[in-house]
Amino acid sequence: MLVRPSLCQVDPLDNPAPALSADVRRRPFFGLFTVPAVVVAIVFTIAMAAILQYSVRAQIPGSLEVGGFTFTNLTAMLRPLYARVFADTVWLCLLTAVISLVLGYPLAYALVRSTNLTVKSFILIVTVTPLFLGEVVRTYSWIVVLGNNGFVNSVLLKTGIIAEPLQLLFTVTGVTIALVHVTLPVVVVMLAAAISHIDPDYEKAAESLGAGPFRTFLTVTLPLSGPGIVAGLTTAFAWTFSAFATPQLVGGGKVNMVSNLVYQLGFANFNFPFAAALCVAGLLLTYLSIFVMRLVLRPMEKIGVH
Amino acid sequence: MVAILGFIILPAIVVGIAAFNDKALLSFPPEQLSLRWFYKAISYRDFQTGFHNGLIVMLLSSFIALFIGGAFAFVIDRYEFRGKTLLEGLLLAPLVVPHFTVGLGLLILAAQIGATRGYTVVVVCHVILVLPFVLRSVYISLRNLDQRLELAAASLGSRPSRVLMTVTLPLLAPGLFSGWLFAAILSFNEFTASLFVTSQRTQTLPVAMYNYVREYADPTMAALSVIFIVVTATLLTVANAYLGLGKVLNVEQAR
Repeated sequence: MLVRPSLCQVDPLDNPAPALSADVRRRPFFGLFTVPAVVVAIVFTIAMAAILQYSVRAQIPGSLEVGGFTFTNLTAMLRPLYARVFADTVWLCLLTAVISLVLGYPLAYALVRSTNLTVKSFILIVTVTPLFLGEVVRTYSWIVVLGNNGFVNSVLLKTGIIAEPLQLLFTVTGVTIALVHVTLPVVVVMLAAAISHIDPDYEKAAESLGAGPFRTFLTVTLPLSGPGIVAGLTTAFAWTFSAFATPQLVGGGKVNMVSNLVYQLGFANFNFPFAAALCVAGLLLTYLSIFVMRLVLRPMEKIGVH
Repeated sequence: MVAILGFIILPAIVVGIAAFNDKALLSFPPEQLSLRWFYKAISYRDFQTGFHNGLIVMLLSSFIALFIGGAFAFVIDRYEFRGKTLLEGLLLAPLVVPHFTVGLGLLILAAQIGATRGYTVVVVCHVILVLPFVLRSVYISLRNLDQRLELAAASLGSRPSRVLMTVTLPLLAPGLFSGWLFAAILSFNEFTASLFVTSQRTQTLPVAMYNYVREYADPTMAALSVIFIVVTATLLTVANAYLGLGKVLNVEQAR
């Protein structure tokens, strides 16, 4: 699986390789520690299978039961109404990922390379806190900022830059701004992890050969952080795809992502089969988009491997 | 760079100021200041129930995820076995699979097996969503663990369980704690999946807040948000001071 997230990235102590023997004596706790994890994995798989199964069943209007097998959900999805939502979602996710990358890289770099501990902590706290605030609080804060009586408009109106309030809520611009705010922390954390593992010796070598700091950055640091950039972009894409409260509240029904559609069809129309079909399509779309992104950015990934 | 940091902090500050607005409007800047929205936020019945439910779900999910995730991270770090990659992939999948998909899936599953939408479904959902973070945190801690200390204990005659209790776990304590903390905070604030799997009875705080925002537009939510922000930021600052968030998030300098 191309996008399987993996834990195996760092081994600073060169610990011995995992035990290969099936001898129980050499693998204490194996059963006890693995079985619960297997149970969780099974539950997750069954839940996904349930969605898959529902996606090919018909809806019986007015009831929570499902009918027989049918492909109507699939064909219905191809209708412009829904296809547009998919296209919009992909575009929003892409845009958000790129903007987050552009804004996040300087932050990540400063976070890793600054020597002042207070600065480091400050950047870390400020960047990570939004991640833990939960979607509703974050999104709501943006409503206060972007609303017609909100912060942005008040400042712009009072300073006379504009005469009428700017419509930011319920627009793609507003949703994008809020989504970037949501995704930025994730990108910064991933980039910082990648940048922190770049061997400073490479940069020192470049400097000793006469390159100025800017040139060193462009020709050594940036390429070496390639894999981190790719990982950050793909994670940002997947993360943004999962966003629900932000497009729902800031978009206000005018800007819809797949997540909002699923909720609407599930809880407003009780059309769970179609909602499930949308989920399946959404998942496939996410994996496909990430696959394409990684394919296109393959050169960047290769450079950074050292 | 300061601008970028400013961008991140901006909503928090704006909301902070708006929360003290005396008028029942979401206007900015506030004309008169008052604390009444804070009183309302704390005393609102739905928020109280939501807080209570959220706390129950959070405690259950975070500890269950801690045990399962911590144990499995141990297995991933030390052992090889058939299906390891698959299992690892499945458990880390919630990082890529959207929350609404997981939520919908568990909702459908619960409906199909006839389970009532009580706390169980919500806890199961949160455990699945939060497990990857615990796994990551404990795994990083394990990778940074010097196994020679364990080998030393074993060579002095300790059984594996004793080594685990007296050497491994204490050394892992920071990673375990931060993993638990992440799990707890993420579970408490989890919204999208919770929206799908909670019922009126088991509503968590974020769901209650969402329902409130959809109906009322007064600064009560702003007050609640301020409380959230202050508490979270404090928790994280404390965590950073004692544990070093950088280490946990794997952003420490390699040399």
